[in-house]
Amino acid sequence: MASTRSFPTRGVLGRPRFSPVDLIVLAAVVLLLLGILRLAHDMNARSATAHVAIVSTDPAKLPYYAARSLLRMFIAFFASVVFTFVYATAAARSRRARVVLLPLLDILQSVPILGFLAVTITFFIALFPGSELGLECASIFAIFTSMAWNMTFSMYYSLTAEPAELDEAARMFRLTKWERFWQLDVPSSMIGLVWNGMMSFGGGWFFLAASEAISVGNKTYTLPGIGSYVAAAEDKGDLGEVGLAIVAMVIMVVGVNVLFWRPLVAYAEKFRVETSEAVQQPKSYVLNFLRQSHIPSYISKPLKPAGRGLDRITRPFGLAEYPLHTPEYKRRAGDVVFTVAMGAVILFGVYRGIVYFDHAAGFGQFTRCLGLGFLTFIRVVVLVVVATLIWVPLGVKIGMSPKLSRYAQPVVQVLASFPAILLFPFAIAVFLHLGISLNFGGIFLMALGAQWYILFNVIAGASAIPNDLRELMDQFRVPWQQKWRELILPGIFPYYVTGGITAAGGAWNASIVAEIATYGKHHLVASGLGAYIARASIKGDYPEILSGVIVMSFYVVVVNRLVWRRLYHLAETKYSL
Amino acid sequence: MPEVDTTATRQVIVAVDHVDKHFTTPDGQPLPVLEDINFELSEGEIVALLGKSGSGKSTLLRCIAGLLAPTSGTVSYRGTPLNGANPGVAMVFQSFALLPWLTVQANTEMGLEARGMPPAECHPLALKMIDLIGLDGFEQAYPKELSGGMRQRVGFARALVVEPDALLMDEPFSALDVLTAENLRTELLNLWKGKDFPTKAILIVTHNIEEAVLMADRIFVLTSNPGRLRAEIPDPLPRPRDRRSPEFEALVDQIYGIMTGRETDDAGQPAPALEPALASPTELPLPDVSVGGLAGLMEILANLGGHADLPDLAKILTFEVDDLLPIVDAAEMLGFAKVADADLHLSPEGDEWVHADIQRSKELFAEVARERAPLVRAIVRALETTKDGTLNERFFLDLLGRGFGEDEARAQLNTAINWGRYGEVFDYDADDGELMLEKAAYPVD
Repeated sequence: MASTRSFPTRGVLGRPRFSPVDLIVLAAVVLLLLGILRLAHDMNARSATAHVAIVSTDPAKLPYYAARSLLRMFIAFFASVVFTFVYATAAARSRRARVVLLPLLDILQSVPILGFLAVTITFFIALFPGSELGLECASIFAIFTSMAWNMTFSMYYSLTAEPAELDEAARMFRLTKWERFWQLDVPSSMIGLVWNGMMSFGGGWFFLAASEAISVGNKTYTLPGIGSYVAAAEDKGDLGEVGLAIVAMVIMVVGVNVLFWRPLVAYAEKFRVETSEAVQQPKSYVLNFLRQSHIPSYISKPLKPAGRGLDRITRPFGLAEYPLHTPEYKRRAGDVVFTVAMGAVILFGVYRGIVYFDHAAGFGQFTRCLGLGFLTFIRVVVLVVVATLIWVPLGVKIGMSPKLSRYAQPVVQVLASFPAILLFPFAIAVFLHLGISLNFGGIFLMALGAQWYILFNVIAGASAIPNDLRELMDQFRVPWQQKWRELILPGIFPYYVTGGITAAGGAWNASIVAEIATYGKHHLVASGLGAYIARASIKGDYPEILSGVIVMSFYVVVVNRLVWRRLYHLAETKYSL
Repeated sequence: MPEVDTTATRQVIVAVDHVDKHFTTPDGQPLPVLEDINFELSEGEIVALLGKSGSGKSTLLRCIAGLLAPTSGTVSYRGTPLNGANPGVAMVFQSFALLPWLTVQANTEMGLEARGMPPAECHPLALKMIDLIGLDGFEQAYPKELSGGMRQRVGFARALVVEPDALLMDEPFSALDVLTAENLRTELLNLWKGKDFPTKAILIVTHNIEEAVLMADRIFVLTSNPGRLRAEIPDPLPRPRDRRSPEFEALVDQIYGIMTGRETDDAGQPAPALEPALASPTELPLPDVSVGGLAGLMEILANLGGHADLPDLAKILTFEVDDLLPIVDAAEMLGFAKVADADLHLSPEGDEWVHADIQRSKELFAEVARERAPLVRAIVRALETTKDGTLNERFFLDLLGRGFGEDEARAQLNTAINWGRYGEVFDYDADDGELMLEKAAYPVD
């Protein structure tokens, strides 16, 4: 068997050179590149009108606006991926960094980022004077913050759960840090990262819509995009145009799912470490189509030498190895220096914070925020309870029927991704008509986006209940109360907890846009912490924004610790199948 | 290995010098795994490290590979103490440790690429090795498309292509079925004899006595808990070795005797055996054996006329030493059988137990377990001191955790629970982790 065979394998040479599939893929690639170039040019448009892009509500411009919004989403997603790579690796690989980075991430996850828009917008506008780029950055940053933390946690856990023998093999074969990252770390985190990325991307639409048109310090900033289109239509009170935007939005959400996420999910299966075979292989027609074409390999071929070049350049960073023996005194000294430095930074930060609030408005506003926060808290509780009562039975019904869930699952996924803000005008029109106060209506507005997470997860949980257990229950003619108590509730519990915590988090964030509303010439306000932060943003009152955001984060963290985390623990220990 | 012919000129590749390794239990107690290990791996030899589970043999291999730091002592490669992955060795893993997202060829090239070798040089080397190891035609396959044996071939190709000074193997054949393992072993030994073989020495870790005798020039037997070198046995049998030759069987028997025999002290004298009825649960841990497994072996032994040669028994059952020895240990602990010179003898108690009906066998088992299984005895005594005859498992886990690691403590308790339930000595409620005396087992007053 002397090796006369050559590389690449013979199959490649046997294939026809070019097919219609290739033409389609090639056309798509060229169009995509041209589109991105055109949009990128527009992003840096000079804006003479002080950061107010004139957003017309002409439906013909809607595709263009949608494309601008979409580009923003993908830039934010790309930034999240880069951030995830750096942050998760640092947290997983450095003992000292982990001590700081993990708690910080936990807090960042609880910060209602919409509240910070006013601050970040001012910052970014100062960074790019006279250009729309500042606003672009602020919007992208808001979307980024909605995506990044989840993805980072996912990658961190994947890295810490890397199979021991693969870690050993990487060290044994002396991979450099760079090689190890791309050959072991990224592939073994891939599945978690793709699923989390998909979920986070879905959540990002909300922040996109909320960040394109915003008022800070009595100035209104708008960016061309689908969110600002709706805002403009809302100001005109034209529900027809809002409806058009909603259609465009649905097309976008579905399109991104079909053209981007499904192929990626199916592709990521390649990175499954064998021991855990997926029950159902995810399929994607788009991926199959791409695999039939030669274009991807034509594109990737010239990239290979570039990759090897990077391997070479990063060689001086050293092996993915650590010394077996570090002198104890050296380690101790490092720990002491690190602790002192961190302590100094934290103390300084706290000191500056105290001075700042003392100068600005005093600490009395924190008490006020706590009170308002309680009102919002009650809204969140009502929302979660009502959504649970409605969606758990329905979700179980759907999830237990394979036929129903096959159709319902994608629909619910779109509903969960769909930025509820776009639906607010309709709801508010109804509230105005019926004379419902936003104090109660706000709950409904918050629920428009948040409730789907509960439904989505309950469906997933119910469909994961093993069939044989269900048949067993039927065979013994177990009455429905007992069936729920002994099989269904324990079965969906872990999933419900995940859904519940996401829904509650989403509701807190949504309160900032849901407790205050403008429709035509009507202004509606509810009393609550969300409205407090929103009004502070409009006024441009930074101390108030900050205290509001801090108190809201505090509520989220405390509730997570006291309620959700315990339920999580219970779910993991007792009710995992 | 052209330049190696006499022992005198043999260069030492890896030297292990007074290596101790302790792990730390959850409550901060040191848990000794390896104690005072000394040996050398020289050019031109195959050395086997043979031990039961818990002998720390894989830990030792990882110290030699530079993946784990010894607690004290040094491992050096060609005279230089290690402070990181050993630069002169490559390893073959029990679980293959292939990257599932890379093709066979890419997996094989992993170590070469990591050295910064350009692809034009990598490819021919990798293809040649793939060919040599018998994977020709599978270059572009992914590991999940291959059978276990084929996967391990990739593991060998990946290790050999970097031309390591020494090849380390961590139970390389134990995840494969018997025929595949035998086939791969033979091929490896053929390669070893050939002149193309790039590696100067092989160190294999195994729990399989026959495998060690078949492959090694020297065999080190490790004791368990903690691992110490108990014996060094030269294996001068001519190659290729014949499993059925009397010399081969004699050597296997000798090693069986050593592995089932008592500990020897430093002078080589048998240490006094621990009397099960007096030993503490940490001095004499329960073998990880179910009552069903024990009953099965005793029944076979009874059918064989009450005594059997252990290697024969293993062969009949197509068991390996790692599977058989814990059962033998359990039988010895409970006094159902005795080992003498690699022979297993059924005791009168054992005979009675095998032939008793269910109820009687449970009673018999309860009796001996309460007396001779240290952990079962300790649990019963502790439960008897409480008013209601119940205690939470945490109490025992904490106590055991001091002598074992957390996982081992859990395993010990699980075995004790299995034994206790079978003998109806005590019961266990998995929901709240309560252990309770069986009503019948209450001291009657």
